[in-house]
Amino acid sequence: MEIYDGEFIAELEAIAKRVRSHSITMIYRAGSGHPGGSLSGVDIMVALYFHVMKHDSKRPDWPERDRFVLSKGHAAPALYAVLAEAKYFPEKELETLRKLGSRLQGHPCMRKTPGVEMSTGSLGHGLAAGNGMALAAKLDRKLYRIYVLCGDGEMDVGETWEAAMLASHYKLDNITAYIDRNKLQLDGPTEKIMSLEPLADKWKAFGWHVIEINGHSMKEIIQATNEAKGVKGRPTAIICHTIKGKGVSYMEGSLHFHGKAPTDEEYKQAMKELGGTDR
Amino acid sequence: MTWKWESQRKQYGRALVELGKERSDIVVLDADLSSSTRTADFASAFPERFFNCGIAEQNMIDTAAGLAASGKTVFVSTFAVFGTGRCYDQIRQSVAYPKLNIKIVASHAGITVGGDGASHQIIEDIALMRVLPNMAVIVPVDSNETYNVVKAIAKTKDPVYVRIGRADVPTVTDKDTPFEMSKANVMRDGTDVTLIGCGILVSKCLEAAEELAKHGIDARVINLHTIKPLDEKTVVKAARETGGVVTAEEHSVMMGMGSAVAMCLVENFHVPMKRVGIPDVFGESGACNELMEKYGLTIENIVEAAHDVMKRKK
Repeated sequence: MEIYDGEFIAELEAIAKRVRSHSITMIYRAGSGHPGGSLSGVDIMVALYFHVMKHDSKRPDWPERDRFVLSKGHAAPALYAVLAEAKYFPEKELETLRKLGSRLQGHPCMRKTPGVEMSTGSLGHGLAAGNGMALAAKLDRKLYRIYVLCGDGEMDVGETWEAAMLASHYKLDNITAYIDRNKLQLDGPTEKIMSLEPLADKWKAFGWHVIEINGHSMKEIIQATNEAKGVKGRPTAIICHTIKGKGVSYMEGSLHFHGKAPTDEEYKQAMKELGGTDR
Repeated sequence: MTWKWESQRKQYGRALVELGKERSDIVVLDADLSSSTRTADFASAFPERFFNCGIAEQNMIDTAAGLAASGKTVFVSTFAVFGTGRCYDQIRQSVAYPKLNIKIVASHAGITVGGDGASHQIIEDIALMRVLPNMAVIVPVDSNETYNVVKAIAKTKDPVYVRIGRADVPTVTDKDTPFEMSKANVMRDGTDVTLIGCGILVSKCLEAAEELAKHGIDARVINLHTIKPLDEKTVVKAARETGGVVTAEEHSVMMGMGSAVAMCLVENFHVPMKRVGIPDVFGESGACNELMEKYGLTIENIVEAAHDVMKRKK
């Protein structure tokens, strides 16, 4: 097992904190967006972009790069903040989220935003698109890997399971799916709206290697990803137990902030907690 | 007129195999209908570049998107009813919106599917596809043109929807008839009225023109293979020069080729017009010719429409 030095983990955590702060600021300024699901997936995206993935912000189309697909496209603010931190575009541009003429659409658009690999937003598409990329990598005998972040609400979607079947049928060991298991979807708790459990067993039954982790632990995200890289002949699903709205006390576990921007007061409070600048 | 009847699907399969030999970036996906759509020919020639997705069209379209985003030229095939309506959101979000290099070549379109009945007879696919931004829509007229269309669209980088049928169709072009996307093919010159057809109805327009000639009416016939982007120049020129237009298609009259032509003419050059096509109803089981008759897609229907237009001409 790798040894993780505390300083390195702390660095990732600091980036994640900035990304959270950017995300909330963007949504606040835009007056709309999805804070809850953005915050729950931040640590996974930060671990991927700042430790796991081979990529180069100066060459977004570098053929050998690893690919990240944000299947839960409504977490776009977090993805944009990660891409800005990774220098795909200036941090200042984050202010333009959801504004007319912006490259930062409400949901990711691969034709507008440097670093965005797939246009998403309608749920349940990302894993299948990731599979297509994984098939292409195999065809071209390339070593790059595909990372897909799915929301747990997307487990309701039939296509998710069609894609799960395809990935194991074609033995796509170059794709890893992260399931942001924050246990809340728009209308309520996932188990109340459409029961998902036993979720790990479902993925196992579809032929996937399954790992369950704390999706806010950088160490666990990295360890699980390394384990996935070593699995041959089948894909890996990492069920990341997370908290919706993670990092902002009053948003944590709150349904209210699935798709609503904070008020002025709420925004001030969030910035206090995230150590961001009140803009 | 006697026609040679040939399979469009067979030419699709042949063109795909040739493309596969010429280019390594060509990949093909099907949804458990490869022996019917004839992508099976490609599958046997290039098994490593063929992916059967099972009966999961939504998944197939998004998988195609991932392949296209990785530099592949992706041909996706299934029956038109499943390759459009069943995966419309996937086509909208992951093909048209990101303008990916995906060619949806759908077979078994229209009522000539015959015995399978309304569940399989899609008569609204042109409507669904032509309203999508970035999506081109082509209805090859016969087997030769199907081959030429497939070879031509493989050279483009944009999304294309190609509609072909199950049944053998009359061959109205020869192998050397040029195909250029968005360039309508004037098959017969005429000055009194224009008959614009697509797909299997073009042969019927040609026959209708012969019939009209007997009544001293000189009809122009156009094969409007590309419904989007529309060759407005040729359509408007025909309207201007003949003063009346009849369209004929194996599709609902609601939003198919005929309405594309109507919209074009309303804004550019208003002439009396009549659309021959399937009325706003679902089909049913039956033999091809019986269905064509019942749903108003005969030579007589076109002739009658032409007479009507002639009457309304000033």
